Amino acid sequence: MAAPNYQWDDQRLEVIISVLLRTGVLISAAVVFLGGICFLSKHGNEQPEYHVFHATADTYRSVWGVIHAVGPSDCQAIIQVGLLLLILTPIARVAFSLVGFALERDRIYVELTSVVLVILIYSLAAPH
Amino acid sequence: MTNLEFTPLVFGISAVAGCLGALTGLGGGVVVTPALTLLLGVDIRYAIGASLVSVIATSSGAAAAYVREGYSNIRIGMFLEIATTLGALLGAFLATRTPTAILSLIFGLVLLHAAWQSSRGRSHDEKSKKPDRLAERYRLNGSYPSAEGPREYQVDHVKTGFSLMFGAGTLSGLLGIGSGALKVIAMDQAMHVPFKVSTTTSNFMIGVTAAASAGIYLSRGYIEPGLAMPVMLGVLAGSLVGARQLIDTKVRVLRWIFAAVVGVMAIEMIVTGVKGNL
Repeated sequence: MAAPNYQWDDQRLEVIISVLLRTGVLISAAVVFLGGICFLSKHGNEQPEYHVFHATADTYRSVWGVIHAVGPSDCQAIIQVGLLLLILTPIARVAFSLVGFALERDRIYVELTSVVLVILIYSLAAPH
Repeated sequence: MTNLEFTPLVFGISAVAGCLGALTGLGGGVVVTPALTLLLGVDIRYAIGASLVSVIATSSGAAAAYVREGYSNIRIGMFLEIATTLGALLGAFLATRTPTAILSLIFGLVLLHAAWQSSRGRSHDEKSKKPDRLAERYRLNGSYPSAEGPREYQVDHVKTGFSLMFGAGTLSGLLGIGSGALKVIAMDQAMHVPFKVSTTTSNFMIGVTAAASAGIYLSRGYIEPGLAMPVMLGVLAGSLVGARQLIDTKVRVLRWIFAAVVGVMAIEMIVTGVKGNL
């Protein structure tokens, strides 16, 4: 049996993934920027109090909370949406790799990648 | 200070950190947190949350440039990501239970190591001749482009590398850094992966590792939108500029400057940590 050409398929997979990653970063940076402009226009004259830790408001601490809060009146929620998109970018990368390995019919790597994906989804979705 | 003054200041500091991080290859996260806590008095937990987010941005943003060169090995990356993501979960879990003084102290020690790492060149180990069984089973061996065509390489000590990666993931989750330096050590020195393959694969892994602890940081309220916004945008902008300015001749001088800056920060963080304990 001839050895399959993993190198070539992996290389093509990586190029597609890198485009995905850059697009994710650009979109999230744009959303964070818009949220930032909104935040400064509304809260620009307030004093930031980051020297004392009192944890971010509950609404900004979960995926669902942020999705429910987001709107033109809640600038911090817009920023959080951008940051969530950023966090989702590497997760999408792993999901895409999973599809790639499945197309290459590489069972071991489909399994390994699934484990990584489950860990990532657990971190984001499970309450801590 | 109002938000209108504070935000540009944080953006500026983060941009410098991101630029230095990209130029030296150590990443921006390791500088942003001490800069925010030492210069602006930001609570270390908010700083860590903002820094972690910026780590994802720089790692993902730089991936395109690395991938085109064809050096990274996604199999090694994915295999080791099991270790780094599990470590990151543990690290983030520990971060919420560790007193800030201890966090500051550990951060200082990691910075000292980064300063030392930055000031010296890398050393080469002798390669072991025996092929690693795990490397063959998981097809980690690969090849990379060189002037004389594709060059094959064999991966050694997979178990050691895996354990080191768990440690790198734990530090990443604990301190909100990419811990790229430790990832490169695990691949380059322990597993004997060629240096360029190590650095590019490490960059690929950093974003995934950071994403694993980001969920825990978010639910614990470490990711404060008003602070994370200028940090993320600043580090990203700085690292994009830094990656373009990569000129070999200047890097050696720069490494020394960077090592000195990081060394001073390390001592300050350790002092802060020790004072907090008294």
